[in-house]
Amino acid sequence: MSIASPLIALLLTALLAAVLFVALGKDPWRGLSVFFIEPLSGWRPASEVLLKATPLALCALGLSLCYRSNIWNVGAEGQFLLGAIAAGGMALWIGGPHGALGSLAAGDGVFATLAGRPLQLPLVLLAGVAGGAAWAAITALLRDRCNANEILVSLMLVYVAQQLLGYLVFGPWKDPAGFNFPQTSTFAASTWLPPLMAGTRLHWGFVLALLAVPLFWFVLFRSWRGFQLDVSGQAPAAARYAGFSARRALWTALLVSGGMAGLAGAMEVAGPLRQLTPHVSTGYGFTAIIVVFVGRLHPVGILLAAILLSMMLIGGEYAQSRLGLPGALTGVFQGSMLFMLLACDTLIHSRVRWQRARPVSS
Amino acid sequence: MNETVLLLAAAIASGTPLVLAGLGLLINEKAGVVNLGAEGMMLIAAVAGFATAFGTGSEVLALGAGALAGATAAAVFGLLVIGLNANQYAAGLALSLFGGGFSAFVGIGYVGRKLGDPVAPLAGSIGHWLAELPLIGPLLFGQHPIVWLSLALTVAVAWLLYRTRAGLVLRAIGESPESAHALGYPVRLIRFAAVVTGGALCGVAGACLSVVYAPMWVEGLVAGRGWIALALTTFATWRPGRVLLGAWLFGGVTLLQFHLQAQGVAIASQLLAMLPYVATIVVLALISRNPAWIRANMPASLGRPFHAD
Repeated sequence: MSIASPLIALLLTALLAAVLFVALGKDPWRGLSVFFIEPLSGWRPASEVLLKATPLALCALGLSLCYRSNIWNVGAEGQFLLGAIAAGGMALWIGGPHGALGSLAAGDGVFATLAGRPLQLPLVLLAGVAGGAAWAAITALLRDRCNANEILVSLMLVYVAQQLLGYLVFGPWKDPAGFNFPQTSTFAASTWLPPLMAGTRLHWGFVLALLAVPLFWFVLFRSWRGFQLDVSGQAPAAARYAGFSARRALWTALLVSGGMAGLAGAMEVAGPLRQLTPHVSTGYGFTAIIVVFVGRLHPVGILLAAILLSMMLIGGEYAQSRLGLPGALTGVFQGSMLFMLLACDTLIHSRVRWQRARPVSS
Repeated sequence: MNETVLLLAAAIASGTPLVLAGLGLLINEKAGVVNLGAEGMMLIAAVAGFATAFGTGSEVLALGAGALAGATAAAVFGLLVIGLNANQYAAGLALSLFGGGFSAFVGIGYVGRKLGDPVAPLAGSIGHWLAELPLIGPLLFGQHPIVWLSLALTVAVAWLLYRTRAGLVLRAIGESPESAHALGYPVRLIRFAAVVTGGALCGVAGACLSVVYAPMWVEGLVAGRGWIALALTTFATWRPGRVLLGAWLFGGVTLLQFHLQAQGVAIASQLLAMLPYVATIVVLALISRNPAWIRANMPASLGRPFHAD
């Protein structure tokens, strides 16, 4: 039954979309096909769908760990950005003479060894993981030590991360040869994430995301730590009684989730973008929240949901260029899909009964 | 001296949307409901307010439209959370994500449009004379009427919560909905009313931003103020007077970036723009450290759904 509600939510969203298209004076069939069929019509658009699904799936897999243990990390967007910043910084640093500290790597010594070509890409990706995890660690630390609400802290950190990225690309990391555009220089080719298929932008990160699905499935459903996380989320009192450490659950969930979002950010800059700009993310971290719920907090579901939501992102771009509709339409559909899903969940799992309030007789 | 007073007056003006939203969320939370959709409600209301002001030229109608939009959005949230017992956090997040997309979609035609000047606070010679008074003139009489409204609302909310029977029932529902239910109070109805009222106030706050404070519309105009207002209820340890002071403080921090820039302080504008968010995190951490402060006034069943048996 739990699969039914995302499907019903999708149907209802499509219905709402059709109504909206009619209201906007567009042919509803044409509109729906732009959103749900054209993104899969052929290899090129499909590869773009998978390209965008990669960061969504990675962020959402990490978030599922948090939500399962009842830790409301809503700052994946900030963790993604910090991953992108850290990976970008690393790529500029080790990636050749144009980088901020590239001259160090060009010489002899430790840096040159460290920056040996086969190690460069792993270093860039690791820097991303570390950046995202460090950003999430702030939330974990303040929650652990000060009992500060993790929702608010992780969300505020998104705004801080956006400003930090802006500061770097407008300021110290700006490409001196970039005609004053807010962007870094293009990373050296040795730090690029190679494409998976010639002629498309889809890169090996997608394979990594595919591999992460069984890994997360195993951790969540077949490992002792996953069981502890699940119990601490569903029955905190039982977890306490069993001696499962709530602190450990907090740190594990947030660090893994931050690391995954950071990895997604790193792969975005090392893959299709190859430089830092203020627009590294198009809200992947927020869309990933919807992906987790539509995917029912299950790794396989999350992969499918990531592809679905990515289709809607591409569909939104098509709607903009072909139907002249504003791109923000995608956001409307995403939000309403989550609304519908929450409503369907209750209506499927319980029966609504109208009843008069009556005082308890003494 | 004079400059300090002007700065204080500006801090009050910039904190006023936070006062309104913070009071709305306070009413919500006193009834035991957390609405993470504040940011989304404020965005939707900001567009509704701007569109109304643009169409009619009336600020009063614009603020009313904002209230209506906020209340409608809150009603959808209330239906999910109170009617269908959906998870409050998830439903609130859904509202914020939806509000972001919806406001950008509806508002696209209003980007770059200009409104007329905001209403002059006090017209006539007496008004000018009052605004010229030292200290109290710029702080009080030089302000937009919405500042006076926010002051009156703070007093009204405090009075309602702590001096009326309705306030007592509302707080009882936030503390123990089961007991309130057993006494025969319609828990769901009252919670729904609190959510809609809170939404209306968040709506006025959003419209205030786009019509009075900014006054313009761009995508994401609210820029996290909804989330800051949520944090504000915690800073204020759920007391209306402290919501007011906290909001003014944050209004001041928001202004500080412009002030420092105007003074020619050599810090990148992006780093200064971080200030309100960093300040929110720091204050939140400091206040939350002390469990006695938090527990003293926090509604005991905050965030928990109510199941009637």
